[in-house]
Amino acid sequence: MEFGNSGSLREDGIHLDMDRLKKGEVNLGTSIMAVTFKDGVILGADSRTTTGAYIANRVTDKLTQVHDTIWCCRSGSAADTQAVADIVKYQLELFAMTNGKPPTTQTAGAIFQELCYANKDRLTAGLIIAGWDERHGGQVYSIPLGGSLHKQPYSIGGSGSTYIYGFCDANWREGMEEADAVGFVKDALKEAIKWDGSSGGVIRMVVLTAKGADRHLYLPDTDYRVRHE
Amino acid sequence: MPGFDFSNYNRNAALHARGVPLPKATSTGTTIVGCIYEGGVVIAADTRATSGPIVADKNCEKLHYIASNIWCAGAGTAADTEFTTALISSQLELHALSTGRKARVVTCMTMLKQHLFRYQGHIGAYLVVAGVDPTGTHLFTVHAHGSTDKLPYVTMGSGSLAAMSVFETQWKASLTRDEAVKLCADAIEAGIWNDLGSGSNVDVAVITADKTTLMRNYIKPNERTQKLRSYAFPKGTTAVLNEKIIRKADLGNFVSVHELTEENDDKMEVDT
Repeated sequence: MEFGNSGSLREDGIHLDMDRLKKGEVNLGTSIMAVTFKDGVILGADSRTTTGAYIANRVTDKLTQVHDTIWCCRSGSAADTQAVADIVKYQLELFAMTNGKPPTTQTAGAIFQELCYANKDRLTAGLIIAGWDERHGGQVYSIPLGGSLHKQPYSIGGSGSTYIYGFCDANWREGMEEADAVGFVKDALKEAIKWDGSSGGVIRMVVLTAKGADRHLYLPDTDYRVRHE
Repeated sequence: MPGFDFSNYNRNAALHARGVPLPKATSTGTTIVGCIYEGGVVIAADTRATSGPIVADKNCEKLHYIASNIWCAGAGTAADTEFTTALISSQLELHALSTGRKARVVTCMTMLKQHLFRYQGHIGAYLVVAGVDPTGTHLFTVHAHGSTDKLPYVTMGSGSLAAMSVFETQWKASLTRDEAVKLCADAIEAGIWNDLGSGSNVDVAVITADKTTLMRNYIKPNERTQKLRSYAFPKGTTAVLNEKIIRKADLGNFVSVHELTEENDDKMEVDT
């Protein structure tokens, strides 16, 4: 195991390492987003994972299911976000069994926050939780690096998101139709992929409604126009 | 003073902060690959083990047994791949025994990732996990920090770039068994020829629902041949500058000599 050489020694002898990611760690330099629309919520992500300059996986699935209609977008360290998502998936399955009813998106968000906040100095995890439940319909929560939890009408995240703040602010509308929402997410991610070197590959989406989860896949060969699968 | 002494920790932190690198562990610059085909999965590896610039072993084994239906190819720190695969193999056997079911590849992958995540990358094991179980054919990669990927074809190690170039140009959906073996062997060969950390032979394992076939040294493109000529120096190559002869009778002038009798001979300790 190697560490970077960016460490510094404070006067009191406490050692600080400014590198958030350890050398050689698998990174999700990412473009992720989730938006609410009329009938539910849509999650979207690119598919690039990198180790330094090498693309370790060009068709990654960064949209992870933690319950039937509660999913999350992962950004940051692949290892950290997978570990957190695996634990939450287990907690929510247990929750559904003991209560005899599915958990709400808010509950899922709270469990995610618990882990992200308690282990904030050990984790590099930027998450967006999106879900549909009987009580509240489609909802989006974001958990940035510090472990805070924010309920939002839509959320963008990852390194690629910096390029699409303007686009999203200008184009997002409350209560869009499904087709319009899918188009919005796709166009936003297309821009993020175009400008961010750490984002790329295919566009993956999950549409969460009363009817359940519906997966979308768009390939760069057709300029992300045709829906596959 | 009772208790632990942490002074070396502060020393190491100070050295690290001043840019002194940590000592390097023995690692295997490696090429390992895996590829799913219709009816099973193939994994392959080169057989070079290195410590720094030295080839430590010209024909080592990087294909590790987990269960009869699950095998693992390992890159990274040699000792870590060896011991983590052995540890998980043991735990998985006990798990299979207690559940009364055949071990699953996802179970193996989950146990490996949780073990490696706990050690935050300090266990330098980079693995390709492959196998067939009642739920189907599976192929995963597991990185030292605990992240996993699921793909139809994978490469890892220092030769992964060379090997991936073969997969990205030659791979197609619906391969036959022989095509998959050829593709994996070609990918490893790309690593052997183009990556300094990889070399020697190609090991291949084919896993199907019925059986696992381990083909040790499937290809040996680096066999040692007879030297074309003798490199022994002829007598007299080195000039004799001077010569001094010491006769046996004069030996006492240089060392102390003890004459041995028959009696002494008997007392000498000799291994039976």
